[in-house]
Amino acid sequence: MTTTAKTKKVIVYVRLKDGVLDPQGVTIQKALGQMGYPDFVSVRSGKFFELEIDAGASDIDRQINEVCSKLLANPVIERFSVEKI
Amino acid sequence: MKFGVVTFPGSNGDYDSYAAVRFAMKEKVEFLWHKSEDLQGCDAVILPGGFAHGDYLRAGAIARFSPIMKHVIKFAKSGGIVIGFCNGFQVLTESGLLPGALLRNNHLRFNSKFIYIRVERTDTPFTGVCRKGEVLKIPIAHGEGNYYNFESDVRKLEDNGQVLFRYADASGNASAAANPNGSINNIAGIVSAEGNVLGMMPHPERAVEDIIGSSDGLKVFESVLNYCISPKPVGRL
Repeated sequence: MTTTAKTKKVIVYVRLKDGVLDPQGVTIQKALGQMGYPDFVSVRSGKFFELEIDAGASDIDRQINEVCSKLLANPVIERFSVEKI
Repeated sequence: MKFGVVTFPGSNGDYDSYAAVRFAMKEKVEFLWHKSEDLQGCDAVILPGGFAHGDYLRAGAIARFSPIMKHVIKFAKSGGIVIGFCNGFQVLTESGLLPGALLRNNHLRFNSKFIYIRVERTDTPFTGVCRKGEVLKIPIAHGEGNYYNFESDVRKLEDNGQVLFRYADASGNASAAANPNGSINNIAGIVSAEGNVLGMMPHPERAVEDIIGSSDGLKVFESVLNYCISPKPVGRL
């Protein structure tokens, strides 16, 4: 993703909360064992989003926080973190 | 009495719900497009099964922001009957009308088969014609039906009697073997604290004629019909 001076890039990581079963991660971890990598004792899967926001927008932090908690992550099962670039 | 069935882009159970009401129940029903700003005077609203908005992001996450949902939420908050089957249940949890979340099935497989659910209480708009502890044979068809909530909230649900249906075997035992997706406490369906919103992963609308395997699903529709014709106070949930 390219950004211009007029935009800011933000990466949002969404992870399952600790304790929430991640069957996908468990399956990947089992596959690693079968592939000959028994040292990886746990895998947790997640997702990330690249967002580009108008650099002149007001309240950028508040807006990012809102879209994360209202849409990108479900606070019942997930937590998010934000990385600004 | 008129039912409304919401159609989101990607819904695939909307015609099943429509047919269950119109042909099996012989009652009035109409489709409500997700962009509609009006519930057309419906007495009960069904959010159908399927993959609303492609289930992108999370099942139900985008559908909750469809224009009609504002009106569904308002209707539910004023005591209106709202029912979510399968994907509709996921939309209800995402929209905050029901607590908790539906995770990926614990075995990762998409489940499509008949299962049994046990009716936990009969003093609700959805189970009035059932017997307590009655076992219903209903199909499921989902990949993300693993009901999850914080331990304290699950306890609250149980204490309030909000668990309406539990996965069980044919004789009504809610055993681990009868749990098709890993749901906490074998939870298959819950109601809101006020008792007027139901979300369930199984599909009663696909079990309305014996020729297709079961007509047990009719009991949910008959219960709602009875309730809407002569509302009884919902038991203190």
